Amino acid sequence: MDAILQIPVLGFVLQFLAYLVDAIFTTNLPAQTLQLATPIALGALCGVLNERSGVVNIGIEGMMLTAAFVGFMAAMVVHEAMPGAEAGPFGFTPALVVGVLAAIAAGMLVSLLHAWLSISIRADQIISGTVINIIALGLTGYLNRLLKPGGSAGTLDQLRPPTELLDLPIVGWIFKMFFTSGPITTSVIFFVIVLQIMLFRSRWGLRTRAVGEHPRAADTVGIDVIWVRYRNVVLGGVFAGLAGAWLTLEFNASFQNGMTANRGFIALAAVIFGRWTPIGAFGGALFFMVWEALGIAIRSNPPPGDLGVFLSGLQSSYPSMYNNFFGSLPFVLTLIVLAGVVGRSIPPAATGRPYVKEGAS
Amino acid sequence: MRAGLRHAWSLAVIPVVSILLALLLGSVLIILSSLATQGSLNLMLPVVAYESLLQGATGLSFIDVKNGAITVNASIDPDQAGRAITSTLAAASPLVLTGLAVAIGFKGGLFNIGGVGQVLVGGFSAAMAGIAVATQPAPVAVTVALLAGVLGGAFYGFIPGALKALTGAHEVVTTIMLNSVAAFVIIGLVNDIFKITGPTFARTADVGNAALPILFGRNGNLGIVITVVLVVVTWVLIYRTPLGFEIRTVGANPDAARYAGMNPRRLIVLTMTLCGMFAGLAGAYEILSLGYYPAVFGSSLGFAGITVALLGRANPFGVLLAALLLGAMRAGAPAMQINAKIPIEIIDVIQGLILLFLAAEQVVRKLIRSRSERVTPSEIETVSRSYGETVV
Repeated sequence: MDAILQIPVLGFVLQFLAYLVDAIFTTNLPAQTLQLATPIALGALCGVLNERSGVVNIGIEGMMLTAAFVGFMAAMVVHEAMPGAEAGPFGFTPALVVGVLAAIAAGMLVSLLHAWLSISIRADQIISGTVINIIALGLTGYLNRLLKPGGSAGTLDQLRPPTELLDLPIVGWIFKMFFTSGPITTSVIFFVIVLQIMLFRSRWGLRTRAVGEHPRAADTVGIDVIWVRYRNVVLGGVFAGLAGAWLTLEFNASFQNGMTANRGFIALAAVIFGRWTPIGAFGGALFFMVWEALGIAIRSNPPPGDLGVFLSGLQSSYPSMYNNFFGSLPFVLTLIVLAGVVGRSIPPAATGRPYVKEGAS
Repeated sequence: MRAGLRHAWSLAVIPVVSILLALLLGSVLIILSSLATQGSLNLMLPVVAYESLLQGATGLSFIDVKNGAITVNASIDPDQAGRAITSTLAAASPLVLTGLAVAIGFKGGLFNIGGVGQVLVGGFSAAMAGIAVATQPAPVAVTVALLAGVLGGAFYGFIPGALKALTGAHEVVTTIMLNSVAAFVIIGLVNDIFKITGPTFARTADVGNAALPILFGRNGNLGIVITVVLVVVTWVLIYRTPLGFEIRTVGANPDAARYAGMNPRRLIVLTMTLCGMFAGLAGAYEILSLGYYPAVFGSSLGFAGITVALLGRANPFGVLLAALLLGAMRAGAPAMQINAKIPIEIIDVIQGLILLFLAAEQVVRKLIRSRSERVTPSEIETVSRSYGETVV
């Protein structure tokens, strides 16, 4: 056995696979992956809702960033007004409740702007998204510099299921992956399943898809195309808002300029990767982020043997490149996946085209 | 003559009104900011702010501020005006280049959001080449470094072009991904391999003789001249050559272009590469006027290029005017920050607002009851339509 692991390249690959299996089943790699994938998955849900009803949304990044800032500021203001407030379940202090709600409201408000621009006045949808990204980056940066928020309302708590449960063979592993993170992360699974069912099994879902595929036909049978699109885009804003709340109220306890770091765009790729389905997009988010989680796992718990020596050698001689390799992996993978998948995955037919009612100008 | 003027006005009216509306909304933000910095609403702060901006950008001054009292006093200091205008030109030139990098894409029905990455790769290539030829005679060194920047950018524009032509991956998503990849890779390379010991921050060695020579003033360098020439060259290329005609045809309607015997795939690759060349040159301009490559080279040039291209209606001369405006804002911003204590990010907000009003041109047109021409280049519809679709 040891002899095989000594073979130059194959040995490394085998050692890595062994480490990977070990990491998946014994460490918190799955939970870490789910956590990192949360904003991507939430952003992707926003994207799915938009594009299924025929609206391209490349402004997810800006919606998240605005929500992250607004949520953070709202939570901080409430926190300073009532510092000693009792924390409820999940560490929900009144400040954090207000923060999360404010983030969601901010997400909805920005998406309302996107809806108005791209549905009502029929501006170009990609430009509308770009406008949102640029203004969000500028405005949050401006206000952050101006207001110099010093304090923080802290973060939401992680779930702690009883250890007996986590020690169970398979159930324990599932619990460890899905129920040891904060409430926003945990809620993602719920949203993904509900939206998947709703989109393909409910009246709302059928209307949404009809409007995205053939708005003229939908209009003919009496569906209000404009209203359906508005509703979906603004609902999408809820998820972009939650993703923002995750950034400043669950994962971090502070706001930095441009802290979304292109997560909104990875979400866009996850939408395409998942072929415009909530579950697929969620899978895409996990696939894109597992590598970053792996990078963290290797750093905190390096693999044994030659592979470990090799990796820690790399890390000490090229620290910046080593870290940036894992940082850039989601983007490289997105590129590869897009190049490989897009040709075969077909978006809703009316995506990107504003709807003009017949006879109207 | 009169008809010509009327035509010019109908082209310019929406951009001009958009700029005014953005400045107006910006002044509301500035007034609100006085609540945070001064504790009370200062209604005159926008006047002070915009006047400092103008003075920093052109040297013109209209008011004096003493102990909070404002007196009207128009004046111009020739020395300061010279410095200010040179700074404006120096700030506008790379914006022209990234603006062209987006505008050419628009003409070909492509949305190049990859300016950020192309600027980074172009700048880094120029720095690497510049360091290698740092001791050669200046004309050789500068030429080599600039060409390296152009080639680096071309390479980084070629990738999304080829991806779109071969696999249909939409350039809006791929260019954004490439922006991040470039940032990660280059920061890693500079920190771990090309960093020199000495300076307090991570940066490469100096480019020596490859630094852009100063032709006039404090920072009026060769790049300004090159940029102006390139504006004319680009106009000729797009409107007066067969290649430009093909690019515009593909942008207007890829299907029609194919029936006319053109090869849209080839043109997509070519157009994106061309876009990359311009953005790469902008990166080279920045790095070769700085003299080295800093690991933290956060550049908003790429995104500003989008505003410039749309404000200039994707026309090379329009791009030049738009870049002059945005360049003036950048050149004047430090003075505004000092005099009015307003975070410099207000410039980004105003830029975004200009773009917002351009996007909402329908509303702006109604507001001023104008029948002027559409601002958004019509080829943009091809961009949105092709989103996620297999192209051509």
